[in-house]
Amino acid sequence: MIDVFRRLRGFYQPHIRWLYWSLGLLVFATALGLAYPYLLKRIVNQVIIAHHYAQLPTLALMILGAAVLKGGFNWSYQYAGQYFGSHTGYDLRNQLYRKLNRQPFQYYDSVHTGDLMSRMTADLDALRMFLAFGANGLASLVLIVVFGLGLMYSMNVWLAVVVTCLMPILAVTAVRFDNRLHPTYQRIRKTLGVLNSGVQENIMGVRTVKSFAKEDNEISKFQVRNGAYFAANMDATQLWKRFFPFIEFTGNFGVVAIVLVGGWLVMHHQMNLGDLVAFLSVLWTLIWPMSNLGFLLNNLTQAVAAGERLLEILDAPDPLAVTGPAHAAVMRGEVVFSGVSMKYGDEPVMEDVTFTARAGETIALLGLTGAGKSTLVNLLPRFYDVAAGSVQIDGVDVRAWDLQALRRQIAVVFQEPFLFSTTIFSNIAYGNPEATLEAVRQAAAMADAAEFIEQLPDGYHTLVGERGLGLSGGQKQRIALARAILMNPAILVLDDATSAVDMETEYKIQQALQRVMQGRTTFIIAHRISSVKRADQILVLDRGRIVQRGRHEELLADEHGLYRRIFDMQFQDFAAVASAGGSVGALRVLSQRGNGE
Amino acid sequence: MSQAQVVQRPERVYTDAELRAPFIYRDDEALEKKFQLGQMKRLFKYVANHPRLVALALIATLGNLFATLFGPYMVGRAIDGAIGQGMTGALVADAVILLLTYALNYVASHYRIYLTNLLGQTVIQRLREELFSHVQRLSLGFFDERPAGSVLVRIMNDVNSLQDLFTNGVINSITNIFTLVGIVVIMLSLNARLALVTFIIVPIMFVVSTRLTLTIRRAWQQVRLRLSRLNAHLAEAIQGMRVTEAYTRQSENQTFFEGMNRDWMNRFLHAQRVSILFGPMVDLTSAVGSMILFWYGIHLLRAGLVTVGLLVAFANYLGNFWQPISQLGNLYNQLLVAMASSERIFQYLDTEASVKDRLDAEALPEIRGEVAFERVTFEYEPGRRAIEDVSFRAEPGQTIALVGHTGAGKSTVMNLLARFYDPTGGRILVDGHDIREMRSDSLRSQIGIVLQDTFIFSGTILDNIRYGNPAASDDDVMAAACAVYADEFIRELENGYHTEVRERGSRLSMGQRQLLSFARAILADPRILVLDEATASIDTYTEHLIQKGLQVLLAGRTAFVVAHRLSTIREADQILVFDHGHIVERGTHSELMQLRGHYYQLVEAQYQFLA
Ligand SMILES: Nc1ncnc2c1ncn2[C@@H]1O[C@H](COP(=O)(O)OP(=O)(O)OP(=O)(O)O)[C@@H](O)[C@H]1O
Ligand SMILES: Nc1ncnc2c1ncn2[C@@H]1O[C@H](COP(=O)(O)OP(=O)(O)OP(=O)(O)O)[C@@H](O)[C@H]1O
Ligand SMILES: [Mg+2]
Repeated sequence: MIDVFRRLRGFYQPHIRWLYWSLGLLVFATALGLAYPYLLKRIVNQVIIAHHYAQLPTLALMILGAAVLKGGFNWSYQYAGQYFGSHTGYDLRNQLYRKLNRQPFQYYDSVHTGDLMSRMTADLDALRMFLAFGANGLASLVLIVVFGLGLMYSMNVWLAVVVTCLMPILAVTAVRFDNRLHPTYQRIRKTLGVLNSGVQENIMGVRTVKSFAKEDNEISKFQVRNGAYFAANMDATQLWKRFFPFIEFTGNFGVVAIVLVGGWLVMHHQMNLGDLVAFLSVLWTLIWPMSNLGFLLNNLTQAVAAGERLLEILDAPDPLAVTGPAHAAVMRGEVVFSGVSMKYGDEPVMEDVTFTARAGETIALLGLTGAGKSTLVNLLPRFYDVAAGSVQIDGVDVRAWDLQALRRQIAVVFQEPFLFSTTIFSNIAYGNPEATLEAVRQAAAMADAAEFIEQLPDGYHTLVGERGLGLSGGQKQRIALARAILMNPAILVLDDATSAVDMETEYKIQQALQRVMQGRTTFIIAHRISSVKRADQILVLDRGRIVQRGRHEELLADEHGLYRRIFDMQFQDFAAVASAGGSVGALRVLSQRGNGE
Repeated sequence: MSQAQVVQRPERVYTDAELRAPFIYRDDEALEKKFQLGQMKRLFKYVANHPRLVALALIATLGNLFATLFGPYMVGRAIDGAIGQGMTGALVADAVILLLTYALNYVASHYRIYLTNLLGQTVIQRLREELFSHVQRLSLGFFDERPAGSVLVRIMNDVNSLQDLFTNGVINSITNIFTLVGIVVIMLSLNARLALVTFIIVPIMFVVSTRLTLTIRRAWQQVRLRLSRLNAHLAEAIQGMRVTEAYTRQSENQTFFEGMNRDWMNRFLHAQRVSILFGPMVDLTSAVGSMILFWYGIHLLRAGLVTVGLLVAFANYLGNFWQPISQLGNLYNQLLVAMASSERIFQYLDTEASVKDRLDAEALPEIRGEVAFERVTFEYEPGRRAIEDVSFRAEPGQTIALVGHTGAGKSTVMNLLARFYDPTGGRILVDGHDIREMRSDSLRSQIGIVLQDTFIFSGTILDNIRYGNPAASDDDVMAAACAVYADEFIRELENGYHTEVRERGSRLSMGQRQLLSFARAILADPRILVLDEATASIDTYTEHLIQKGLQVLLAGRTAFVVAHRLSTIREADQILVFDHGHIVERGTHSELMQLRGHYYQLVEAQYQFLA
């Protein structure tokens, strides 16, 4: 518990003076709270009973004054507490976001978005709430107990000893309560995270859910998670209902004990009655905050459980952090893979891949589904790191490159286009927010997206929904492509970037790309021979190995190679298409040429 | 720049900031409804649904109340009576009674805590379930309009923020109201005039506080709104993190997020500032109220209209009178916070599905597979036609291929067939039934769709393939996987079919994901199969293998196939060529080739690129 707060110290330390302010003001507010009954008593005694009517206006003004002051103090101590909590929470949330922004891809392969969100909202809030009012509540409780006990000792030692005897009982109870509550709160936070990610996933996949008419299934899945969260909460209730009343009872028991012992003392003339009454009134004022103890402990335990979950994010390792001087230079684009092996976790997916791409070359990757094409290109910008061997760009191992410099000069078009909810302009300018409209237009034109964008009523201002909602598959892909082109990269990676685009459009895009990518290195992953055949080097991958390499013509020559087989399949299609078309002269000529090879 | 398709939309001038906004989250406007009693009633209905729990919790609370009142009384009695008079026996007796009172208090607290929490948690659980189930049945249009994060925030955070209100708020309000009524009755019976003078300030307080109340409510609305945006951004940012990192967009996003976060914090602190005014305000009123009482009371005293004892008694009751009022004030404040959330919840609950089954809708009998589009027109947003005047007819068992440039409207046709949206004009018939007149679940459960965006749920591969047909045996699942040639790679995974895949199927290659969703559609054994670029990310080799198997699979089923690779479509019984939302050509492959129109050009163009 202490550990959690120690590790989070950097976040609340800068704002801690607000907590102190809050505490100080709280003390004043409490003291003023006592003035009110005192003034009332004076009105009753002096004005009403003793008929000093002239004192009424003064006393009345004093009561009003006390109310105003107390209100002011109350307001300020609460606000100072909230201020403390909010600012700490603000810093913490920023830091969490910063941290998430730097986590490697691996991390995102294993986390749930909904769970991370739950941490950054619900868990952070639980911690913030403790800081905002739990912390000063606990502190003031300690103060009250210390002062109260001191006062009691000054009034009557014996009775004070009786009260002191109760303190260990309370302390033991509190510790035991905390020990039992902590795992329960961990479960509550966890089930909440699970519920959150379940709902989040459901919303993201709502199309799939609906397409199978599986709403009822989803609802029952939800019920299970909702029920688990409910059960975890009720487990906490089971603890509360045992501990809270016990704490309350301990305090009340103190009253009974004082009445008995004090009564005995009074009867034996060790103490006078008035002192007993005074002692009891001090005890009353102590008991109310005591009954708050359970609530505050609860608050604390919850904050600790939540804090642990935040620390899990903050403490995640930073494998991409730079150690030593990093290489940052203008990239020429020469890529060398030597003996590269790659594993996802323990699973090897790529073995001993070696090739060299000279600056300005176009390298095409072809292979069966799951052969490792995406994996290979993911090594360039260090989305993942090699298990063995090395990837060098311009003769420098990518791990020695400055990450920013590396990634800014490599633009990757992911296989699954991801667009953000903002304007089409901002989506294209995602990697280059300063770009002019003209530059964005040019990039869009190159990706053959300009035409459809400009036909939209709002053009580049058109709002795109989450994940590119409102656009067709091919439109999304072309915007993602334009985004990469706008980066003006030294190395461009197209991971099946035009799969949802018709061939004619794809051809246009390739023509345009050939112009801009003059002198830059390009990696193209594609399934269509038409997309890869012009490459300077074609690498055919199978199960994480390069099984064939060379230019189109060279690869075709190998009758039994995978490349030739794929070519034949695609070509056969076109031959069939052509023959069905009957008297299509141009087609026949072309098809004969194809067969001739 | 051609603005050809600008339809009845006023020309808007945009600023550069609008153009470059890093992220824009629509939805979520503050609801400008007035504070409605109806809404409060609606909230309390959720509690009233559990009368037994409420009654028991009240009894337990009354036990506590009794102990808090009776305890001090007994202490006073012990001091004045037993101790003052030196009677040891009486002292012990009083102490025992006191102890019993506190034992009662213990029991009462025990049950109160249990019952109030049970009540609160149950209500929250039910409400969340109601909300989720409702949202689950809303149409896709609803989800199109708002970011997932902001839907999530309502189902999770907004519902959770009602917890306090349901756990303690309602019960405490009731007991406080009872206490208040009791004290009011006592004061009235002591002296009606004095009592009325004391009460006069209360309505004044309410009038004065309405302005504050409004401010508080608005302030919390704003807080909820910011939280919703924050969540929407988080959801998106986390999912798009790979893109952010690849394009080193971190620092811009950080700035954006910090702005958002700061905005939230400022709004929150503002809400706190006005909210915590409430307590001091009640305190101040109570001081003023006391002043009025004393001023008037002493006036009466001097006129000899009341006795000293009565006035003293009144002064003592005064504290008891203001205590519940101040607590009710706090509860009211809590209610205001809750209102900001509950109105957002109710707004969803009151949203009706735009694609809704008619009440008398019947289940579609087993589909034969005849599909007809009759002059169907559809626009996602008013003024932006996605398809126009589309008519075609598919006989049972036919394969219909849709081709055309990207954005031509092919996926839209599929969306309409599955009734994700209702057409703006025209109608769609399946086996002669207008699909709007049939139950949509009975339609969808007989259509298997491989969506263009594959979605894999986190869970095992087995469960994912089984998604549409939970009753399928493991063997059936494997057979479906074999049919799309996914079996081999699945078996090579760590735990084979039991391998857990994470969110959206990360850990699988894109092609593998697509194979899984293909297998899923096949296993659902649909009467109509829709393949929207189902093989776009799959290599030619595997695609060929699948296609051979597909002939068998498709026998007797109507199939709609969208594909850019012509090999996939040349066997189709009918090819529909789309262009800008219209069908421009239709026929079999050879017919269309002879036509030498769009389709011919498409084929020829493709051929050129290969050779
Ligand atoms: N993040 C990951 N974690 C674990 N395994 C992965 C991950 N990504 C891919 N794999 C596995 O690694 C292998 C290679 O995947 P990769 O994505 O590189 O294939 P690919 O050649 O791009 O295939 P496709 O053409 O389908 O996109 C596959 O077997 C896949 O299941
Ligand atoms: N949810 C939506 N809201 C608004 N407009 C949409 C939505 N979905 C698609 N559109 C628009 O409707 C038009 C038709 O899109 P559709 O997805 O049907 O094209 P498509 O022919 O399937 O294209 P592709 O081959 O690229 O998948 C496009 O202009 C697209 O921008
Ligand atoms: Mg891939």
